[in-house]
Amino acid sequence: MTKAAAVYRKELRQIGRDRRTLLILIFVPAFFLLLYGYALNFDIRHVLLAVQDRDGSPESRAVVSAFINSGYFDFAGAVYGGAEAQRKLDINDARAVLVIAEGFGRDVRTGRIAPVQVIISGDNANTATAVLGYAGSILRTVNQELAPGGAELVPPLSVEPRIWYNPELRSTLFLVPGLIAYIAMITAVASTALSIVREKETGTIEQIRMAPLDTFSFVIGKTIPYFVIALASAALIIGASMLLFGLPMRGNWLSLLIAMSLFLIGALATGILISTIADTQQLAFQMALLISFLPTIMLSGFIFPINSMPRALQIVTHVVPARYFLIALRGIVLKGTALGPLLPQLAALTVYAAAMLGLASLRLARERV
Amino acid sequence: MVSTAIEVKHLTRRFGQFVAVNDVSFEVRAGEIFGFLGSNGAGKSTTIRMLCGLLRPSSGTAVVGGIDVAADPEGVKRRIGYMSQRFSLYELLTVDQNIRFFGGVYGLTPERLEARRAFVIEMAGLRGREHSLARDLAGGWRQRLALGCAILHEPAILFLDEPTGGVDPISRRQFWRLIDSLASAGVTILVTTHYLDEAERCHRVTLIHAGRLAAIGTIAEVKRVFAGRPIVEVRTPRATDAMLALDGMPIVEKTSLFGTAVHAVLKNFSLQPSTIAGELKARRIPVESIELVEPSLEDVFLDVVERAEAGRSAGS
Repeated sequence: MTKAAAVYRKELRQIGRDRRTLLILIFVPAFFLLLYGYALNFDIRHVLLAVQDRDGSPESRAVVSAFINSGYFDFAGAVYGGAEAQRKLDINDARAVLVIAEGFGRDVRTGRIAPVQVIISGDNANTATAVLGYAGSILRTVNQELAPGGAELVPPLSVEPRIWYNPELRSTLFLVPGLIAYIAMITAVASTALSIVREKETGTIEQIRMAPLDTFSFVIGKTIPYFVIALASAALIIGASMLLFGLPMRGNWLSLLIAMSLFLIGALATGILISTIADTQQLAFQMALLISFLPTIMLSGFIFPINSMPRALQIVTHVVPARYFLIALRGIVLKGTALGPLLPQLAALTVYAAAMLGLASLRLARERV
Repeated sequence: MVSTAIEVKHLTRRFGQFVAVNDVSFEVRAGEIFGFLGSNGAGKSTTIRMLCGLLRPSSGTAVVGGIDVAADPEGVKRRIGYMSQRFSLYELLTVDQNIRFFGGVYGLTPERLEARRAFVIEMAGLRGREHSLARDLAGGWRQRLALGCAILHEPAILFLDEPTGGVDPISRRQFWRLIDSLASAGVTILVTTHYLDEAERCHRVTLIHAGRLAAIGTIAEVKRVFAGRPIVEVRTPRATDAMLALDGMPIVEKTSLFGTAVHAVLKNFSLQPSTIAGELKARRIPVESIELVEPSLEDVFLDVVERAEAGRSAGS
């Protein structure tokens, strides 16, 4: 154990003196959070809406103002013909055009069906779907206000949706836990992998192998500093997420610490495993990118829902630790879930960490044969 | 006290089809400086790695400090020191922190570490530089610090793998004085080197070529391969022509270039150098000087390698 302590002290001193690594470990995660946190936003607001109001009646103006005042649309100017509307869509001056035909007001007053046309630019399917939804709900509201006879026409059944945990459906709340997982993964995998591979490059690992230092002490001494740093870095980004993105913390901090620790141990072990294979820092970084960062983004449910993936990919996601960690993290942070219901996820994280530690120790031990 | 520090018997290591070390046997006595010579890829490093317990022998045995390396590699590691040509220090740690780290890795008690630290600082001439970063030290100091870190735990046996690469001549000389004093204190030293002048400072040397031991003994003993085969050193501005001419003479066994001079190995003592000079001059090759010389280790090295090569091609 004193040998592990020697490795641990040495590692901390090296990190302390290596400004570049320290910078990478502390500031890059925070920078990532800001960058992704603000850029990764799937909420669709401020859609540019051109208006072609051929009626000009009080009723048609009511429809237009309902759109503009909804907060989803920004007025992108009035157009006076189909050709002009198309041009605006073509050059992206507008993402949607609201067309109200002549006689709209008269039709409404006489109780006839009064169609309203919304032309949506479909080049971005995501935006188009959202705009369609917004337009539908705005028109439903307007319908009730404009209906002659008022309450008579209120339908007998109505849906009143309630969205829990994230009532405003802010995608930030959904994405930030993913970011935390992603950033913690980068810090943990890259830092250990690079620190060991650097020892290969400078030749110090040879000196350590010649010394009576067992694999266990080496791994423990190497991992603990990075575990502490990764944990601190994770605390920092969680704090920043609460401050900047209004991330709630509805659950228990201890549960969060447990889930985070299990996830980080697996990530650190992955880093060690990479370092036993790669001989240069460049290769180590690329391997880390390939086997941990990319799956964390693509296959964890961070951005793309696992349920809508092809069957084969869904199976692959079972070996991505971030998949389990994300469920636990979102559960604890957003829903205040206790550890009990998260046991399967915690068990999966434990299995992953144990497997990685086992593989890494095996490879380290084999290097001397 | 073991009088035999290292005992190697029929040591062999294969990597797939390739035989890196082939049936090597030798003994190193306690307190001896034992030189391990050979070209790159000859099998020196592989042998050292096996002796240090880092690589398992494919067959044969190696007993280092009384311990069989295959049976107890960790036990071997506790008894040996190792320093490589890369002077593997942590660049971002200070002299002091490097010493403390290696002391910790070798499991030294705090009191012993303190005493050894003082000794190493003194030995390496690093007093006043305890808090300099290792990367800021000049080559000679780095080298002596690396040596110090390798002997913190006072090993009975020290392995030095090309310990003087990239170091200035004065530092090399200083380093060898340290090696000598360690040896006289009873430490067994096995050193590999490219520098044949350094090899001359070893008590005994072995030449390894293509994985096999080609020669072993004191310097005088290995030079005995030239018994009855005098070496003539010819200085001439036209070395290449001189070599061609000498190769054409029946008395000449072979020639080789040594710096600006040509060394010709003769088959016997029947011809005087002056006769050879006469023959060269007859072919209009100017001769600045010609004399019989003692074989250098380099002559021995080349001769041994050539014979080994000839033996191999004859055998295959």
